[in-house]
Amino acid sequence: MMNTFQFDTASLLLALPEIFLLSAIVVVLLLDLFLTKRFKQVTYYLTQASLLITGVLSYNLIGHPETVIFSNSFVLDDMASVFKVFMMGFSMVAMVYSRHYLTQHSLFRGEYFILVLLSILGMMVMVSGYSLLTLYLGLEILSLSLYTLIAIARKRSGAIEAALKYFVLGAIASGLLLYGMSMIYGISGSLNISDISAFASDANLGARETLIINFGLVFLVIGIAFKLGAVPFHMWVPDVYQGSPTSVTMFISTVPKIAAVAMLVRILVDGLGAMHAYWADLFMVLAVLSIALGSVVALMQTNIKRMLAYSTISHVGFIMLGFVTGVVSGYGAAVFYVFVYILISLAAFGIIILLNKEGFEADQISDFKGLSKHSPWFALMMLAVMLSMAGVPPFIGFYSKFFILQQVISAGFITLAVVAVVFAVISAYYYLQIIKSMYFEDADKDITISAPMDIQLVLSINAILILVVGIFPDFWMKLALSLF
Amino acid sequence: MELLSLLIWLPIIGGALVILIGNDRAETAKWVSVAISIVIFVMSLSLYTDFDSTTHLMQFEEKVSWISQFNINYHIGIDGISMPLIILTTFSTILVIIAGWEVITRRTAHYMAAFLMMEGLIIGVFSSLDAILFYAFWEAALIPMLLIIGIWGGDNRVYAAIKFFLYTFLGSVMLLVSLIYMYNKGGSFSILDMHNLSLTAAEQAWIFWAFFVAFAVKVPMFPVHTWLPDAHVQAPTGGSVILAAIMLKMGGYGFFRFSLPITPDASLQFADVVIILSLIAIVYIGFVALVQRDMKKLIAYSSISHMGFVTLGVFALFFILKMGADGDIVSINGGSVEGALLGLEGAMVQMISHGFISAAMFLVVGVLYDRLHSREISTYGGVINSMPKFTGFAVLFAMANAGLPGTSGFVGEFMVILSALQANIWYAVLAATTLIVGAAYTLWMVKRVFWGPITNPAVETLNDINGREFFILATLALAVIIMGLYPQPVIEVIHSSINHLLNQALTSKL
Repeated sequence: MMNTFQFDTASLLLALPEIFLLSAIVVVLLLDLFLTKRFKQVTYYLTQASLLITGVLSYNLIGHPETVIFSNSFVLDDMASVFKVFMMGFSMVAMVYSRHYLTQHSLFRGEYFILVLLSILGMMVMVSGYSLLTLYLGLEILSLSLYTLIAIARKRSGAIEAALKYFVLGAIASGLLLYGMSMIYGISGSLNISDISAFASDANLGARETLIINFGLVFLVIGIAFKLGAVPFHMWVPDVYQGSPTSVTMFISTVPKIAAVAMLVRILVDGLGAMHAYWADLFMVLAVLSIALGSVVALMQTNIKRMLAYSTISHVGFIMLGFVTGVVSGYGAAVFYVFVYILISLAAFGIIILLNKEGFEADQISDFKGLSKHSPWFALMMLAVMLSMAGVPPFIGFYSKFFILQQVISAGFITLAVVAVVFAVISAYYYLQIIKSMYFEDADKDITISAPMDIQLVLSINAILILVVGIFPDFWMKLALSLF
Repeated sequence: MELLSLLIWLPIIGGALVILIGNDRAETAKWVSVAISIVIFVMSLSLYTDFDSTTHLMQFEEKVSWISQFNINYHIGIDGISMPLIILTTFSTILVIIAGWEVITRRTAHYMAAFLMMEGLIIGVFSSLDAILFYAFWEAALIPMLLIIGIWGGDNRVYAAIKFFLYTFLGSVMLLVSLIYMYNKGGSFSILDMHNLSLTAAEQAWIFWAFFVAFAVKVPMFPVHTWLPDAHVQAPTGGSVILAAIMLKMGGYGFFRFSLPITPDASLQFADVVIILSLIAIVYIGFVALVQRDMKKLIAYSSISHMGFVTLGVFALFFILKMGADGDIVSINGGSVEGALLGLEGAMVQMISHGFISAAMFLVVGVLYDRLHSREISTYGGVINSMPKFTGFAVLFAMANAGLPGTSGFVGEFMVILSALQANIWYAVLAATTLIVGAAYTLWMVKRVFWGPITNPAVETLNDINGREFFILATLALAVIIMGLYPQPVIEVIHSSINHLLNQALTSKL
């Protein structure tokens, strides 16, 4: 049963990162109003500072014993803290890349950063959500910020279309999710994850209760699959990726994946872990379809953002495979995969953004032609990124696939593993297309890189990490495993 | 770092250094590259001099924990099977770097760096004793080769490069799945532990075929050989040399290191399939080589045909010996242990010898291609008139390719044929036809390219080989002849390991 609402300062401290970020958003929002055009960069630096401080605050909470606060609606455990630290880190990198893009395309506005911060706040709420209501609220804060973020390029029809499409389909998915939640609430009588878990794992659960839980479960899985972009709920992904300004595409395809996985873990693993046999079957179908469709359809794309959209779909399939296993080490593998995927994706979009010039949107695979001649360094970085996505050692992408495969095979799904690797080989073909453009073809236009030092430096570190973490992946694998 | 680690990482670090030197300072890059490759070669020679050929145990071992989550170690070491292949690698790399000296004018430093890095990665393949380390090197070695074919290759290089990569990638992912399967069963990724892992007949069958796909693509065996002619024709000379001399050996090495010891029962069960495919490669691909108009394609097909001897030699043992009920080795149809050893050792000798001969043949074509930019046989004719020194070498290597006694080409093939004779006379008869077919396609090519009247006026103006080319070809000629006259040193170092392997292959895991 719901307790009466308790409030004490000790529990406030556990939500300090969220509280700080919210205050920072208010400050940045107000300050931005008074900044003249000359000082607009201040908003950017304040954003980075807020992210950094939020990250440090979250980092300090790592190791804190699992505590549920705010009347059982907010949880602080290692998974939440580590996820938040990674979210801040990845967001900071994304903001460095974004700034260059926004400046080049005259989209540099304070609202951009405020919306990003708001969406991150939503994600943090999702990561720490311990009741269906909190999770849903976090999801909506995230989604509404993202819809607006896409539409920030309001003069581009593609962006408006993408925003609208995302909004309409996102609203439907939210509705489905909410419907599933209401089913679970209706039968279990609680919104709280641990109550739901206790209810679902009750050995004396009647047939009627099981039926209703499974009925709700289907809607929950659909809602989550939509947010992750798994086939057949992936329709929005390519259009949104292509239509959005590249910096927004980068953001959407990276950091929110952590939040989506966190929501998945909270609802399906923590809450309905007892029903694993049911949702794992659904996940298996979704995963195989995602890997297959993502790998095959990407072959025909000429727009690199669209291609990466399909590539994301197939990566999501791999992430879901980790949850099919039904063991904590499998979930750990999935989390490791998410982090690796984001690290690689950020670098990929970073290099695309690097090629942008004032008024020139580099979003075709052919825009990479001859890059190895004009900028051998960044061509090498992109080579690492693409091979990493394809899962070729020694780059980090291999180890994330390896980890998932090891778990899948260990759970006895050898056929599943074979299907996954065969499609991984197929997907290698389109990653090779980029390498082909960069290395085997000559440039047909000027592709000199004129980006500022900060993005070049961060991008280089980002890409070098793909190799370095690839050579020493042990720590990160253990970290991902320790979260469960 | 100890010797073996240095051999792996020095070329890789050296390659990175050469990239830093940059294409603008090509001369420096070239000298640094050749210096590094010579240092590596000299260092690798001490693997031979300090090698203890009386034991089959791993030597020069190093073991450091790498990914402790999965008990994966940086575990390297060599035995008689891997040591000669490592020296072959370090030797070929020098030649390749010198061969590209004046020829590669575009992005010279990157070219040299790619070969150095590949050298390190391939030595890593041959010395890994941990399956995941092996797999990482195995796959990573594809990357420089992809770039070498794609950047410095011929007109159709993009197609050839991508086909090469995808073909081998598809082959190796099945290898990965079966390695993980064995880890989940035995709890270790150590290759030596996998040798002792007991597997049921069904498991062995699956794993055998997964291995087979990975290694057969690399060797390459019929019918998964189709990437090789494309890759060879499009690759620059250096790329073809490394591909033929070393990369194909990775497949053969896989059969020695993985298939026979890990899945002995499945190897026995499917030995006939492998032998039939080998014989098809030897005979049919030989005939395919006969009709080629492109010299590089001809040599590529001849490579496939010669590599058929390796797989034939490896799997013939199952028709010569078997393990008796009381644990003694007993013979089938009067075969002897020596016969089975001849097959395995012949396969090893054939791999080394093919490393020299195919490298030499591709370099010969490269010399001609650099001058007239044509690989078509019909472009040439009467080359001897303008390039007598060169023709001398070319004919020697052609003879070696045809398996003339006294050259290394003869030794390996002869050993394998002797062994096949004990297995089944028809195997031997079919394999021996290569001595005729091989001679036919090689000599016919020699006749059309080097002898006869000059039909193309451009041939008349050809300059004979310069000192650099002379050095490369002379080195290889020496290697081919020494190996042909006195193969004993090689056989000596591989003997203990091969003997042990024979026991492993005959010991049932069921």
